[in-house]
Amino acid sequence: MVTNIVIVGVGGQGTLLASRIIGSVVVDAGYDVKVSEVHGMSQRGGSVITYVRYGDKVNSPIITEKNADIVLAFEKLEALRGLDFVKIGGKIIVNTQEIMPMPVVTGAAKYPEGIIETIADKCEIITADASKIALEVGNIKAANVVLIGVLAKNSGIEKEKWIEAVKTNVPAKFLDLNLAAFEKGYNI
Amino acid sequence: MKKLMLGNMAIARGAYEAGASVVSSYPGTPSTEITENIAKYDEIYSEWATNEKVATEVAVGASIVGARSMTCMKHVGLNVAADPLFTASYTGVGGGLVLVVADDPGMHSSQNEQDSRNYAKAAKLPMLEPADSGDCKEFVKLAYDISEKYDTPVIVRLTTRVAHSQSLVAEEERIEKPLGTYEKNIGKNVMMPAMARGRHVYVEKRMAELAEFADNSDINAIEYNDKKIGIIASGIAYQYAKEAMPEASFLKIGMVHPLPMGKIKEFAKNVDKLYVVEELDPFIEEACKVNGVDVIGKDVFTLLGEYTPELIKAGIMGEKYEEKQPSGIPVRPPVMCPGCPHRGVFHVLKKLGLTVSGDIGCYTLGAAAPLASIDVCVCMGASVSGLHGMTKARGEEFSKKSVAVIGDSTFMHSGITGLIDIVYNKGNATVIILDNAITGMTGHQQNPTTGYTIKGEETRRVDIEMLAKAIGVNRVTVADPFEVDEFEKVVKAELEAAEPSVIIARRPCALLKHVNYGAPCKVDADKCKGCKMCMKIGCPAITFKDGKAIIDPSQCNGCGLCTKICKFGAIGKQEA
Repeated sequence: MVTNIVIVGVGGQGTLLASRIIGSVVVDAGYDVKVSEVHGMSQRGGSVITYVRYGDKVNSPIITEKNADIVLAFEKLEALRGLDFVKIGGKIIVNTQEIMPMPVVTGAAKYPEGIIETIADKCEIITADASKIALEVGNIKAANVVLIGVLAKNSGIEKEKWIEAVKTNVPAKFLDLNLAAFEKGYNI
Repeated sequence: MKKLMLGNMAIARGAYEAGASVVSSYPGTPSTEITENIAKYDEIYSEWATNEKVATEVAVGASIVGARSMTCMKHVGLNVAADPLFTASYTGVGGGLVLVVADDPGMHSSQNEQDSRNYAKAAKLPMLEPADSGDCKEFVKLAYDISEKYDTPVIVRLTTRVAHSQSLVAEEERIEKPLGTYEKNIGKNVMMPAMARGRHVYVEKRMAELAEFADNSDINAIEYNDKKIGIIASGIAYQYAKEAMPEASFLKIGMVHPLPMGKIKEFAKNVDKLYVVEELDPFIEEACKVNGVDVIGKDVFTLLGEYTPELIKAGIMGEKYEEKQPSGIPVRPPVMCPGCPHRGVFHVLKKLGLTVSGDIGCYTLGAAAPLASIDVCVCMGASVSGLHGMTKARGEEFSKKSVAVIGDSTFMHSGITGLIDIVYNKGNATVIILDNAITGMTGHQQNPTTGYTIKGEETRRVDIEMLAKAIGVNRVTVADPFEVDEFEKVVKAELEAAEPSVIIARRPCALLKHVNYGAPCKVDADKCKGCKMCMKIGCPAITFKDGKAIIDPSQCNGCGLCTKICKFGAIGKQEA
C-alpha cells in the first residue's frame, strides 16, 4: 500500500517546507518515502506541484491523475487545477486564499467563480483561511504550517510525530509561532 | 537510520564519502543543489566557476595532479564543457574525475531537451545513471573507482526527477584519499597530435574493457519475473516502468555507456517480448538494434518530454494514451517577482519599441505578457553576440533600435567574449547588463561580480564598469532601472551613440535578504482613473476590480515602481 499526497500552490508560498515536514513525519514513522519537488524557473510565481508518496516500497516519485489520497492546495485556483489528482474516496484541503495569475491580471482570462462549490460536487473538501489564521498567530508566512496542521488531522499519523517534524524543520526563533499555527490548523 | 535526501544532495554525499577534495561547477537547474551541498563539507574545496568549461578544466587540473575531483552542470552546460571533456577522455585521470550532468526532460527550467547520453558515446566515456537518491550516492562512489581503475573521466547522468526527488539514503563514513606524488608525464597529459594518437589507441582499448566491466557489474541487474514481457530501462524510467508493470521482468541498466550487451542478449533470449523504456532519444534502443537485438522502443513511446507510469503501460499494452487536454482553467505561468528590478528595464524597452536580444536568467521572463519585450533567447551569452550579428546584418538604423539584455552572472559566464567581439570588430551595439547582485534564477548563487565565494567568504569583486572600459567600451553608464524616466533617457542616448555602449542597470534582486522597501503600496481609489497603465508592468501584486486598480498588500513588497508609472499620482505607500 502506498499513500499519495499531492501539494499544489504558487511558487513562493512555502510548499517546499510543507513537503519537507511531511517527509520527516513519514520517514520517522518507518515508511519508504519519495518526494518530488519543483525548483527553478517554474518557482517564480508559477503553479508548483510537489508529490509525496509513502508505503512499504515506493518506486515512482510522481503521482498521476486520480491517484491522490489527499491533495493539499495552498491556493484556490490551484486547488481547482489539482482536483484531477484526487482519487475516488480521496479528499482535498483548500486554503481559500486567491492569488491572481498573470493572464487574469492582464485581462486575458477570468478567475473562476464558485471554485469551492465545483470541488465540493466532486469530492470531500476541507477549507481553511490559512493566511488569516497565520496573521492571527503573528505572521502570514506561517500559513503553510497552518495547512500542515489540517493535513496532520486528516493523515492518520499521530499528532506528536507531526509536532516533532515541525520542530526539526523550522528555524528555532519562529518555533512558537509555527507551533501555534500548527495547533490552529489541527483544530479546524 | 536512513535519511531523506534529494538526489542532488546524495550526489554531494557520495563525493564526500569517496574522499573528493576539489569541486568546481556553474549553477544550472536541475543540478545546482549538488555543489551547494558540497560547499557544506569543509573537507572539500568547492567553488562557483565562471562557466562550465572553466569548471571542468579546474576539475581536470585537480585530477591530473592527484585529487579526486568533480564538476556538476545542467545538460546545456555540458555543451559549454564539451571541449575539455572530449580531450580529458584522452588524457585520462590522476585522481578520479567525475562529471555530473543533469538533463531536464519536459523542460521544467531549460531551453531545450537534449539527451546527454549522446555525449558519453561521442566523447568515449563511461556513463552511469542512478534511479533514486540511494543510487546517486553509491554510483558516485563507484564512478570514482571506475575512473581510477580505467584511467578515465566518468559521467554520472541525472534527470530532473532523480535530481529533485527525495528518497532514503544510508550515510557512511568518508574515506580520505591523500594526494599521491605528482609526476610529469608529457605523453599522457600533453595532447599534441603525436601523443594524442597514442592515447586514442588507449581510449579504444579502455572502452572495450569497460564493456566487459558492464557485463560483469551488479550495477546492471536482471530481475526475472513473468517472462512474457521484458523491460530494459535505466534511471527514472526504470521506476516508472516498475510502477506500471510490476509483474514484468526487468533489466535495470546502471551503466548506460558502454552498455552490457552480453546481459542484454541473455535477457532478450529469456523473455518473449522485449521493450526499451527510455525518455528522450532511443539511445539504448539503437545500440540494441545495431547489435541485432530485437526490441520495441520509440515505435510505441514518444521522443518528447517526461514519461509517466500510465504512458508506459499504455505503450506496452497497446492502448491509446490520452494526453491531458487544456482544461479551460486559467494557466499560471512563472512571472517576475513583485519588486523585481528587471521590471523597470523591460517597461522602458517596451515603451521605446526596441528589438531586444535576450539571454538566460530570470529576465528571460521579460518575454512573457504583458511586458513581452524580448525578441530572441538562445543560450548563455547569446544576447550580446547575437545582437552583434543582427546589427551587422541590418545596419546602423537597426542598431539604433535594438539592445541586448544580460544578467551579471551570465555576462561573466560568456557575455564578455561577445562584447570583446563587438569592440574588436567595429560593432555598434547597446548592451544592458542587468546587475542584480546575485545569480537569481537558480536560487541565489554568488558570482565574480558579487564579492563573495560559494562559502560566503569575502573575495575580490570583478568590477563590471572597469572591465567594460578595459576591453575598449568608451561609453559605460550605470543607471537605476526603478528611476524609469532617467533610465529611458540613458537608453535613448546610448542608442544614438555611434559606438558600442554598456548600460549597467543596477538594483539588487528583490528576494535578497537585505532588500527592504518597507510598507506595501496602495491605490487611492479617488485618484485612480482606471487607465490600467500600472497593469502594463506585469506586477503580480496589482489587479483590477470595479474599474480601479488594487494592490494586494500580502504580495506587494513596496518597491514603488508603480508609483512612478501612475500619471495621476494615485499610488503611494501605505502608512507604515
